[in-house]
Amino acid sequence: MATATIERLIGKSIKRREDPRFITGRGTYVDDVKLPGTTHAVFVRSPHAHARIKKIDTTAAAKHPGVVAIFTGKDMTGVNSLPCGWLLPDLKVPPHMPLASDAARYVGDPVAVVIAETEDAALDAADKVKVTWDVLPAVSATDKADARTSAQIHEVAPSNVAFKWQIGDAGAVDTAFRNAARVVKKKIVNQRLVANPMEPRACLARYDAATGDLTLWVTSQNPHVHRLLMAAFVLGIPEQKVRVIAPDVGGAFGSKIFLYNEETICSWATRQIKRPVRWTSTRREAFQTDAHGRDHVTEAEMGFAADGKIVGLRVKTIANMGAYLSTFAPAVPTYLYATLLNGVYTIPAIHAHVTGVFTNTTPVDAYRGAGRPEAAYLLERMIEAGAAALKMDTVEIRRKNFIPKFDNGFQTQVALNYDSGNYAAAFDKLLRMLDYRKARSDQEAARKQGRFLGIGFSTYIEACSIAPSKVVGSLGAQAGLYESGKVRVHPTGGVTVYTGSHSHGQGHETTFSQLVADELGIPMEQIEIVHGDTGAIPFGMGTYGSRSASVGGTALLMSLNKIKEKGKKIAAHLLEASPGDIEYANGQFQVKGFPGKAVPFGQVALTAYVPHKYPEGLEPGLEETSFYDPSNFCFPFGAHACVVEVDRDTGQVKVLRYLAVDDVGNVMNPMIVDGMVHGGIAQGVGQALCEGAVYDEGQLVTGSMMDYALPKADMLPMYETDRTVTPTLVNPLGVKGAGETGTIAATPAVMNAVVDALAPLGIDHIETMPLTAGRVWSIMKSAKR
Amino acid sequence: MYPAAFDYHAPTTVKDALKLLGKLDDAKLLAGGHSLIPMMKLRLAQPKHLIDLGKVKGLGGVKEEKGVIVVGAMTTHWEVESSKVLKAKVPVVSETAAVIGDPAVRNKGTIGGSLAHGDPAADMPATAIALGFEFVCEGPKGKRTVKVDDWFKGLMETALKDTELLTTIRIPVWAAGSGACYMKFPHPASRFAIVGVCAAVTLDKGGVCKKVGVGVTGAGTRAVRAKTVEAALLNKPLDAKTIEAAAQKAADGVDVQADLQGSVEYKSHLCRVFARRALEAAVKRAQG
Ligand SMILES: Cc1cc2nc3c(=O)[nH]c(=O)nc-3n(C[C@H](O)[C@H](O)[C@H](O)COP(=O)(O)OP(=O)(O)OC[C@H]3O[C@@H](n4cnc5c(N)ncnc54)[C@H](O)[C@@H]3O)c2cc1C
Repeated sequence: MATATIERLIGKSIKRREDPRFITGRGTYVDDVKLPGTTHAVFVRSPHAHARIKKIDTTAAAKHPGVVAIFTGKDMTGVNSLPCGWLLPDLKVPPHMPLASDAARYVGDPVAVVIAETEDAALDAADKVKVTWDVLPAVSATDKADARTSAQIHEVAPSNVAFKWQIGDAGAVDTAFRNAARVVKKKIVNQRLVANPMEPRACLARYDAATGDLTLWVTSQNPHVHRLLMAAFVLGIPEQKVRVIAPDVGGAFGSKIFLYNEETICSWATRQIKRPVRWTSTRREAFQTDAHGRDHVTEAEMGFAADGKIVGLRVKTIANMGAYLSTFAPAVPTYLYATLLNGVYTIPAIHAHVTGVFTNTTPVDAYRGAGRPEAAYLLERMIEAGAAALKMDTVEIRRKNFIPKFDNGFQTQVALNYDSGNYAAAFDKLLRMLDYRKARSDQEAARKQGRFLGIGFSTYIEACSIAPSKVVGSLGAQAGLYESGKVRVHPTGGVTVYTGSHSHGQGHETTFSQLVADELGIPMEQIEIVHGDTGAIPFGMGTYGSRSASVGGTALLMSLNKIKEKGKKIAAHLLEASPGDIEYANGQFQVKGFPGKAVPFGQVALTAYVPHKYPEGLEPGLEETSFYDPSNFCFPFGAHACVVEVDRDTGQVKVLRYLAVDDVGNVMNPMIVDGMVHGGIAQGVGQALCEGAVYDEGQLVTGSMMDYALPKADMLPMYETDRTVTPTLVNPLGVKGAGETGTIAATPAVMNAVVDALAPLGIDHIETMPLTAGRVWSIMKSAKR
Repeated sequence: MYPAAFDYHAPTTVKDALKLLGKLDDAKLLAGGHSLIPMMKLRLAQPKHLIDLGKVKGLGGVKEEKGVIVVGAMTTHWEVESSKVLKAKVPVVSETAAVIGDPAVRNKGTIGGSLAHGDPAADMPATAIALGFEFVCEGPKGKRTVKVDDWFKGLMETALKDTELLTTIRIPVWAAGSGACYMKFPHPASRFAIVGVCAAVTLDKGGVCKKVGVGVTGAGTRAVRAKTVEAALLNKPLDAKTIEAAAQKAADGVDVQADLQGSVEYKSHLCRVFARRALEAAVKRAQG
């Protein structure tokens, strides 16, 4: 029987299968899960940045109508500290109890939970919980945390230092700087950000007293990680008695990786009161308690030869950890940051020293890009500052320093080994799109009219497809970072895929279906993707670090290959041929070269489950599971450009053009990748121009959408985007990862453009973001020229 | 987050609303709810009673009466933005309403609510000052009319008494040869005005300024009239130089407040920039 060649779906902009349910309001988010008898939790939180708890009086609250139970930290006996999942040498790990009972260490630190029949009863009762505080001095500024006069936050961490860590060759940098024509030194502040996914965090915990099973619905990017950390490490419940479900999740940007106090407390409480317990974060709580991102204060020095070649880089960073160590916090400013300081440039000597400090602020952990944006920002700011110092063009200085094209491996000075890269090619393409010469002459013309136009670049690299387990294990990770993929073929030829990856905006139901459809030659409608339920999927590590297509997709591909191999044996038997002579093409198993001698996929599936005519010794059924542990990270790269105009009257920055050429390896669904790039750029522009969490004496003064400015559509021009494609050899799909490139690249491009716009005033650097109009105006006003 | 518990009342006449207001302890009037309810949800406001004006007859509508446009207090920002009468007679009022918040806010929020609330960063107060709105209040002792210059008293404080209702807003129609413009520098997060300036001018045939009004909002604790700016313009031909010089005084009577968006110096500067821009546009319009 002859079949027409089936159209391949990989590489096509297939519309997202999940969107109809989302845009018609029929998704199932945690807060949509309704269970009979549910109670509602409201947390009593510290209004102080730092205060000893002298007494918690719950008498009045307990009498409030509708209250079911009130717990404080003292009630939670036998419960352990929330764990830190990444250990560095000499890391100080202070206890982080789900409910603080000795002292509160940031505004929002929970000290009691009120559980009631309704949410409003719980809220009213929570108002009646009387906490007697002994207010202590607080410290929130990153660069003041280790000062002798600062408040001491944890006994185990003298001077509030969580760790001191270094990488690279300090001696080599000293030597390089001694011989450098010029060493440029700048202070670089990478401000604190709040992730702000659209859906706030939420959880619903149900203990079944009859079976002893605990089910937790939670907004998680990695339900198995949540289960392992919470059940095994904190609550001491056997994992097999716990099921964690992360249903539809409305965005995360990293903030839903971590194990938080609230789901842990609700999971513990449901076992006490034997009723389901729900909590849904308010936006205000989200600002105060979702792990924040970034928050570095850095001194960077970059040495140059007279011709503009970089000879060395020295970096000293203080990274704010917040009040406690969040799940993966120590990894972010170390292994996800300093190992990227080689960038896309040949830098012969690098040394980075990082001090992690505790402050009376919300814990800081991974936020979209996590460490890599901080590295890219530093490098891109420094190379343009170098260009200014050497009076070189910003394009020329980059061209001088790019690592030349390579296909399989480049060893950096800071541990990583890049997979493949062609940095100049992406940059050249960008310059053509921009029409660089014309852009510069437009700028000149504008300057003559007294207008401040600026052009900024960013040529970045990032490390994603996180990550090889052995490597991260040797670096302190307390987990492996492989991924699982299980393929179940049903007797009628339908396919259900169980992936350890988790989609919270990424569109896995579409891209993974495209992969299965292509590999098996069956229509997408025949394929279901299941994720986010530890009761259904094999142990998996979840989604972050742009790893789903490359790591999760490869695990899935491995299972598909196993399915085909087994199918060949079944088909060979049916066709009375040898398995070695069978090939799989266009949805059928056929004798090589004889498409007429074939059995379709569905028939093989049926035979696997009704094995009447079946190969001797072969197991019935058609279901395969694979775990893929990558051999290396993948390293997407690209070049972005931004053209801005600064209003000299107001300091307002207007982005006139934004251009991006990204190289994320092979692209599975261009529309979805474009969406990732667009959103990422918006967030990167947001960091440069408007976002920033500000503390004043430990009080979060940007604690709502009225004060904390997310980027809005009218701040952004129509993007001009394109790609180059340099496949990775790390995984068989050749995909690198596309989830974070925009946030990594955009911030420096915008900042560089603004600095360039202000160059006529003699400005070659700006220390602090975001560039609110007021800040830009002050910079212009205090400029020398 | 849920607000604290309260009792809800929905009178249908001004008289009943006033009666409830007089009788109930710790009651608040509810108009569009777009200032009050957010504060209640944060539990910054916890009134025991809400008196909803939504069902009260006679508080809506826009009509012209002898050179004055009479706008009911419960007229929504969207109705103000799209009203044919307002667009024809005092377009700057519609334009001001059009830059308040977003469509959801404008569909619920009311002109009366905004002006009664007196938020220091609200937009309409600047325009109210520039044009010279009048406020008709009704209380237990009957009606009284308050001029705009007596209206904005302080931070979220107006001349309105606890026992009164703002029922109507009277907007004078300026003579032929007038032009007005509201210019706003929005806060990047809230989109309220960091600074907003409304300027209105009447020019005679020779281009001399015969009447002028300049209101400044956002920068201080309340919206104010820029008296020195007005004085520098009145009876002068409004060329660029005169405007520039006058605009330099735009922050004079403003108790400018520093915050994350800028220093006192910066916001004072913004007052001047936006006064100039609003004046330039107003003059252009007056010139036809
Ligand atoms: C997201 C958001 C963005 C916003 N952006 C802007 C903006 O850019 N610019 C701007 O100017 N405003 C903005 N606002 C505020 C909005 O315009 C409000 O609608 C307005 O300030 C209050 O009007 P309201 O009808 O909603 O009044 P309510 O919130 O119902 O009441 C406000 C106060 O006024 C009192 N009150 C209301 N009506 C009367 C009356 N007739 N008589 C006596 N007292 C009365 C109430 O008792 C209450 O104290 C925004 C609001 C939100 C939620």
